[in-house]
Amino acid sequence: MNLWFTEDHSPYARFSFRVEEHLYTATSEFQKIDVFQTTEFGRILTLDGYVMVTEKDEFIYHDMIVHVPMATNPSIQKVLVIGAGDGGTVRELTRYPSIKKIDMVEIDEQVVKVCQEFLPQTAAQLTDPRVTLYFEDGLKFVRQQENAYDLIIVDSTDPFGPGEGLFTKEFYGNCYKALNEQGILVNQHESPFYAEDARGMQRAHKSIMGFFPVSKVYQAHIPTYPSGHWLFGLASKKYDPIEDLDSDAWNALGLQTKYYNTKLHVGSFALPNYVKELLIHAK
Amino acid sequence: MKLSQHRAPIMEALQQYQEARVVPFDVPGHKHGRGNKELADFLGETCLHHDVNSMKPLDNLCHPVSVIHEAEELAAEAFGAKHAFLLVNGTTSAVQAMVMTACKAGEKIIMPRNVHRSAINALILSGAVPIYVNPGVQVDLGIPLGMALDEVRRAIVDHPDAKAILINNPTYYGICSNLQAITELAHAHGMLVLVDEAHGTHFYFNDKLPASAMSVGADMASISMHKSGGSLTQSSFLLINNDVSEGYTRQIINLTQTTSGSYLLMSSLDISRKNLALYGQEIFDKVIKMAQYTRDEVNQIGGYYAYSKELINGDTVYDFDESKLSIHTRQMGLAGIEVYDILRDEYDIQIEFGDVANILAYISVGDRTLDLERLVAALAEINRRYKKDPSSLFDHEYINPEIVQSPQQAFYADKEIVLLAESAGRVASEFVMCYPPGIPIVAPGERITNEIIEYINYCKDKGCFLTGTEDSNVNYINVVKEDV
Repeated sequence: MNLWFTEDHSPYARFSFRVEEHLYTATSEFQKIDVFQTTEFGRILTLDGYVMVTEKDEFIYHDMIVHVPMATNPSIQKVLVIGAGDGGTVRELTRYPSIKKIDMVEIDEQVVKVCQEFLPQTAAQLTDPRVTLYFEDGLKFVRQQENAYDLIIVDSTDPFGPGEGLFTKEFYGNCYKALNEQGILVNQHESPFYAEDARGMQRAHKSIMGFFPVSKVYQAHIPTYPSGHWLFGLASKKYDPIEDLDSDAWNALGLQTKYYNTKLHVGSFALPNYVKELLIHAK
Repeated sequence: MKLSQHRAPIMEALQQYQEARVVPFDVPGHKHGRGNKELADFLGETCLHHDVNSMKPLDNLCHPVSVIHEAEELAAEAFGAKHAFLLVNGTTSAVQAMVMTACKAGEKIIMPRNVHRSAINALILSGAVPIYVNPGVQVDLGIPLGMALDEVRRAIVDHPDAKAILINNPTYYGICSNLQAITELAHAHGMLVLVDEAHGTHFYFNDKLPASAMSVGADMASISMHKSGGSLTQSSFLLINNDVSEGYTRQIINLTQTTSGSYLLMSSLDISRKNLALYGQEIFDKVIKMAQYTRDEVNQIGGYYAYSKELINGDTVYDFDESKLSIHTRQMGLAGIEVYDILRDEYDIQIEFGDVANILAYISVGDRTLDLERLVAALAEINRRYKKDPSSLFDHEYINPEIVQSPQQAFYADKEIVLLAESAGRVASEFVMCYPPGIPIVAPGERITNEIIEYINYCKDKGCFLTGTEDSNVNYINVVKEDV
């Protein structure tokens, strides 16, 4: 058998996975959900034909979206996670005993159910007693919160489809309101490489900058995302992710991580010139 | 043979024409798009293929005998009318055809003053003389309401020679008059009832919505199929009923309508009529539900008032169209037009219009839940970021005009140009209005007052898009020359 899953990374470039078995397919109220067993990347979850998570490289994304803000302010206690149906972000957060409360808002309950069945590697910690799951629109949820969280992590899909509303100015403004005075917002910031992703990245950056005094971008290398070069945004009302990095406190926690370390934390904010250029032009 | 609402005769004829691979040696010269590649690439080949001219198998809009005639009969059946005319020059042409069919030069027509400019334009064209009935005004919301039955009765008693009464129903904001009672009253005095139903297409296709013109026995109605009906921009229906002559109405329409009716527009009317006839109940159930959800959420933000049926007072608000999302913004200290501008400039959200105190977001079957959430979230943000003291805002929108001449007399009179700021006391020869909504602040033949000038300046200051005058900046206005 010669079965492959292919994703278009741009209209003119593709990325393919050798598939051993198509484990799950269904269309929820919001999107088409598929799980494949692949030879190289283990199990992968796709939504509307776009790869969301693979067993082989998910550690990079989840390390970087969680440990960077947590090392910036290790006293974070209340966290809101938006999207993140695969559970990987929550799994990393539950490793911090200091975190008291994790609210996770995912629009599509079926994604969570599928991940709990097929991707226990990421979804296993969703049953942690500190975690409350809300299945509703993230924009609607955050609009109803005020001064309620130390950290908001926006672990969304792309700026088209059901995640569209999470890349808008009204969303970031409502996040600002939902955060307390020490609040930090981290978001999946798309890729600078292909033109369409880069435009989404610039729009998001421009909208966030308008609200937060600190607004930085950092990067990671994620092999299965388009171009492999991926960005995250860290916006904050008080803490600067480099000046306020508390390496000693974070290292004292003794967390074992496969990608993140506090030296890489600092280095990840050093961006290539073409990315800096794109960010300047987003202004 | 009786046609079924499942049919779309114009669409079917266009499909057959395409399948027959007819060689075109007639206009349009783009010849199915082959002669204009850039246009065909932009609009799509299918679209250009259906952009054809009248011919025997496709009928002729000026004198329909086959497929257009069938489409008109199907539309008449769907709307419960005696006949329906397909129009390709917008509801403006439908309103003009109603007025010109009912009234000749010098004859009187009773109407509310808060009509769309198209109705007063019809008076300029026909020479009919308006008898204005003051609409009710909701002072807190700053919106004109429907016509009070007593006001209509007084106008009828004072002007028993009037030929017709024109009713604007629903208003842009969703307010309905007592259509049934006004129609009965007018008919008892031998007057025709003409209804500008530009914002009421959906009333015909869902049992939870207010009464439609045809359902209460009105004589003519103008239907903006392209608004809530889903057809292409500029396509409309004119409905007639009772003793109004189909042949005479057609002659009036043909005075001003193109002889090259667009088959894109006509087929869009045909397909949309079919869709509403078959699925209108469920479509508008969904729209009403979405509008209600959004209204409830907006009302929880604070600072906004999204109004609905609680306004009903048995007379000037006889009913309310719940599919409309009209929102009062002034309690937040912002004019509607300011909220309208912020939504577009900062949040990439385009709404239908903003006036000095309200906004209207148009909800339709094409909306998605996530878009409604964006609208509500953006409104919440605007409240958080921009709200201010409301006391500085103008609190009254409707100005009762003094009519000095008929619109036609004043429009064609010898005139002169004066500075708007210095025009108080003069008789206007042209319109000034905010567009949208297109309801004139001053119309030809009306006395300009300081109050009117102040109001125009206020609208300008708040960023309303003012139109109507020859001077595109609306600093000058044409007024009727006075005898020296």
